[in-house]
Amino acid sequence: MMVEMKVDAQPGEITLGPVLFNWKPESWRDFYFRIADEAPVTAVYLGETVCSKRAVLFEPYYQTVAERLAAGGKTIVFSTLSEVVLKLDRNLVESVCATADHLVEANDGSALLALQGRPHHIGPFVNVYNERTLGFLAGKGARNFCLPPEVPATAIRALCAAAQGLGVSIEVQVFGRIPLALSARCYHARAHGRIKDSCQFVCDNDADGLQLRMLDGRPFLTVNGIQTMSHDYLNLAAELPELRAIGVSRFRLSPHTCDMIEVATIFRAALDGRLSSADATARLQALSLGAPFSNGFYYGKPGFTWTTAPTAAAP
Amino acid sequence: MTEEPGYRRPELVCPAGTPAGLRTAVDAGADAVYCGLQNETNARNFPGLNFTPAELEQSIAYAHARAAKVLLAVNTFPPAGRFALWREAIDLAARLGVDAMIVGDIGVADYAARTHPQLRLHLSVQAGASSPEAIRFYCQEFGIKRVVLPRILTVPEIADIHSQIPCEIEAFIFGNIGMMAEGRCSLTNYATGLSTNMDGVCSPAAHVHYEEDADRNLTIKLGPFTIDRFACGESAGYPTICKGRYLCGAKPAAYYAFEEPVSLNLSALLPDLMRAGVTALKIEGRQRSRAYVRAVVSAFRRAVDAIMEGRDPGLAGLLALTEGHRETEGAFGGKTWR
Repeated sequence: MMVEMKVDAQPGEITLGPVLFNWKPESWRDFYFRIADEAPVTAVYLGETVCSKRAVLFEPYYQTVAERLAAGGKTIVFSTLSEVVLKLDRNLVESVCATADHLVEANDGSALLALQGRPHHIGPFVNVYNERTLGFLAGKGARNFCLPPEVPATAIRALCAAAQGLGVSIEVQVFGRIPLALSARCYHARAHGRIKDSCQFVCDNDADGLQLRMLDGRPFLTVNGIQTMSHDYLNLAAELPELRAIGVSRFRLSPHTCDMIEVATIFRAALDGRLSSADATARLQALSLGAPFSNGFYYGKPGFTWTTAPTAAAP
Repeated sequence: MTEEPGYRRPELVCPAGTPAGLRTAVDAGADAVYCGLQNETNARNFPGLNFTPAELEQSIAYAHARAAKVLLAVNTFPPAGRFALWREAIDLAARLGVDAMIVGDIGVADYAARTHPQLRLHLSVQAGASSPEAIRFYCQEFGIKRVVLPRILTVPEIADIHSQIPCEIEAFIFGNIGMMAEGRCSLTNYATGLSTNMDGVCSPAAHVHYEEDADRNLTIKLGPFTIDRFACGESAGYPTICKGRYLCGAKPAAYYAFEEPVSLNLSALLPDLMRAGVTALKIEGRQRSRAYVRAVVSAFRRAVDAIMEGRDPGLAGLLALTEGHRETEGAFGGKTWR
């Protein structure tokens, strides 16, 4: 179904956030090969943001993946670790930030120190909630800000206004399980009676995370190593027109094992006004994600809730 | 020749949820108290807690007359469009002469540092600065004088950080221990629509529901989510998502997926912490009763004084005051906690 929509000068970009889960390295490589060849995304974020122990598993494939993505016309941005405590964590952040030939997205304060004074991105794990924080970090060289997922539309609007004055861009996650918390403790290891040091990488059992259910059996949260995520999938397809109108220019998809080419195609079409929000959500539902959609944070409501976008009705 | 103890006298930093609580803590021997205003500018924005501007002014006078310092927590993250409330808190603190502001947000820290350069700034645990590099970033940019370390570090890691940063270290030694990295948890907002970072609430009481069945088993919910269930007579701590019991495919039965409902008690580690370079010892609990504050502050006052005089600190009685009467040294005791 065609939807009439005002199209401004900036059509908006679909981006692919870093893989947050511990996929088999070969599957990880093949996933990015397909993204490089087929996905209508402009930028791809690469790198281990959850657990420094995992990073070494993917090292053999970074170069070939980066080359393939570049050949596919994608901009590559390397994302840094979100929770930085141990020497291994610090070394990983240092090594990612030390490479000068690509953009880096900072996800904690140690990366902010390393990246100051050169162009960089700010990731969703840095607390950018207000104009003053935005302005300060822009002054240090930040050029693009992917906001924390709990920032509501009212604040996104004000941040976009500030960003326009500073000549920086705003990015928001529009698809995928929502990162809700970080810890120093590995809950994946804990679920298997282990600790972080002796985890034996049990997180690779759960390519979309380990489901936590309530005592009544209903699903609630998703464990991904030290990270806790929502059970449901964020879906802001219906909010794309409003997000664009208030000044968001980059829309991030968080990778899952579902068909991410299809997800990217759906969001690209919805952003271009070639697909109604109802049809977009129907096609996303057809992916059989095994979990409901949510968009509560956007509306300043409990994050798990679903609100039908007021402007969602197709003409 | 007397042996050097290897540490200097630490500052005992105690919670003050109300003006009466502040006087209790000061009278019980606090070197410093920390408190917040009655709004979302601080991370304990609970009904019935915190200070009006007039109360803060009177309380500062009370504390200063007894040589105690007052630290004001303005440690939440203002959402865009609402920064004025946090700016007013900073301006008020500067005008009333608090001894330090505890800040977490980069924008708030920047405002405080530029507008009131004479004001001493402490970096809140809410900033989530858990590495020397992150701490140095805040010190370099905002002249931070003290960092409150997250409760996720071992004693050797604290000592290692101490040698690499240009500011003092404050560490939690007693009280409630959240499992998630502070300032980086949206679980409450996910379940209730109120944000820990923006609204200053964690598991707000108004959203906690207790349902009792015919057998008097108690089901505890936050918003619509079941967090735990207790048999009749079982003791239950304050319900938060990170201390609930859940099911998962890797476990045969319900388990505490994040942490058991335990309290932090580092009384046995005090000399080690002091040797590691911790110069301010923080007691959690602005929401706790005056009786609790009096007991805990008095006990740690005696303990710190005893340690400085080379005597046994004798803190055995503190267990009765911990949540669910169960305690942990958390990450501080060693990395097996992780």
